[in-house]
Amino acid sequence: MKRIQTIDTRDLKKSLKNGGCGECQTSCQSACKTSCGVANQQCEKCVSE
Amino acid sequence: MIHCYKLNGYNIVLDVFSGSVHVVDEVAYDAIEMYENQPWNDVKNTLLQKYNDREDVTEQELDELHEDIEQLRSDGKLYTEDIYKNRAFDLKNRSTVIKALCLHVAHTCNLNCEYCFASQGKYHGDRALMTLEVGKRALDFLVENSGKRTNLEVDFFGGEPLMNWDVVKDIVRYGRELEKIQNKKFRFTLTTNGVLLDDDVIDFANKEMHNVVLSLDGRREIHDSLRKTVNGKGSYDMIVPKFQHFIEKRGDRGYYMRGTFTHNNADFTKDVFHMADLGFTELSMEPVVCKPDNPYALTEDDLPIVYEQYEILAKEMLRRNKDGRSFTFYHYMIDLTGGPCIYKRISGCGSGTEYMAVTPWGDLYPCHQFVGDDKYLLGNIWDGVTNLEAQKEFKLCNAYSRDECQDCWAKLYCSGGCAANSYHATGKVTGVYEYGCKLFRKRMECAIMMKIAESAENII
Repeated sequence: MKRIQTIDTRDLKKSLKNGGCGECQTSCQSACKTSCGVANQQCEKCVSE
Repeated sequence: MIHCYKLNGYNIVLDVFSGSVHVVDEVAYDAIEMYENQPWNDVKNTLLQKYNDREDVTEQELDELHEDIEQLRSDGKLYTEDIYKNRAFDLKNRSTVIKALCLHVAHTCNLNCEYCFASQGKYHGDRALMTLEVGKRALDFLVENSGKRTNLEVDFFGGEPLMNWDVVKDIVRYGRELEKIQNKKFRFTLTTNGVLLDDDVIDFANKEMHNVVLSLDGRREIHDSLRKTVNGKGSYDMIVPKFQHFIEKRGDRGYYMRGTFTHNNADFTKDVFHMADLGFTELSMEPVVCKPDNPYALTEDDLPIVYEQYEILAKEMLRRNKDGRSFTFYHYMIDLTGGPCIYKRISGCGSGTEYMAVTPWGDLYPCHQFVGDDKYLLGNIWDGVTNLEAQKEFKLCNAYSRDECQDCWAKLYCSGGCAANSYHATGKVTGVYEYGCKLFRKRMECAIMMKIAESAENII
């Protein structure tokens, strides 16, 4: 596409089917402890694959 | 829903419900933004007028752009509908197992930091140390309530956990024995102010701790102004050499230097860069959490300064990446391809459901920031969760549970935000700490921009 470049991302709709294992890290255990979000968490499955 | 923004020379379009990220030229930027709410013919006419001096903006060119936009729509990468809203509660409640505990092994501290939400480690209660018996029972409780989950997280927290170090070591040893019997994997972490760090601690932590979080606020004068010893002296000179020694021996194992910034250092990037210049590469700097009448509380006037600081930080990190002096910043670590699934994005941190804090005497709270608040005493590690009414508030917390979040593009990045921040700002777990939201959105914009800058040399 001439004017649009799409960055490679995880398809959230598809993750309805292949997500939800719950093995990922609990957000607040990592570094923040006070301003939690989930965006910077990694998917445990994706890491192991 | 889409979110369009311009940053560091990039025109960025986020498609909220698919998670897609597009980098576009200014014509496509205007077109995509307008086309969300206007018919294409109106968009086209507006663009032909606006760009009438541009040879590359013709009817034919815009028709091609229209086709590309529709292609992205049919591919599910633009203007994606929200298919999660009505399922949010079920998506969060797919399981009720506990997978992480924050063990308050020491409700006491050897520093007297003014901004400490834990009230110098005591959580507004008595000083106390966790016994090994309580610690072992906490691990048993975690295993018993973890279902089929393999990876379990245990953070040694305080107060200052090194003030009860022998018990920490024995709890870890007990956990390693449990792993063999129960087919579980404990990931232990340690959060410390560094005062009692010595080679015994360092060697044990480097062997057993999956991650360590080391508290340092940056420049000496900033750090020493709030992180003082009980005698009122600054702690910077005491801890920095210890932290450097620790990290030198840690190799490639995970750690974070974690700072807090306040109204006193709204120009906090100077502190982040200071930590980087000290040789630390895994950095985190958090906005202070406190009551608004505190003299160091962040103010509305600080907001534009902090926004600018986040941009300065992102641009400087990109620059340092190129010249081989890279460091990571916790809030800018975003993995666009291997990030969280939709279940996680809707559920959030799991406080009160998947994650709980354990006091030195074995009481359970939804997270470390609720400890000491009787209303949110959930139960204890012997009887389990008995205050089901309080827990229900946390089960109901998800990316869709707050009216204020309905139109927010960032809700699938933050999951509705930190329940403790919401509670302390509004009196309700399901309230919204708007100041924190503003900072969060800015951080996400910067983080995504950095990914774009890193991933594409020949971007539009």
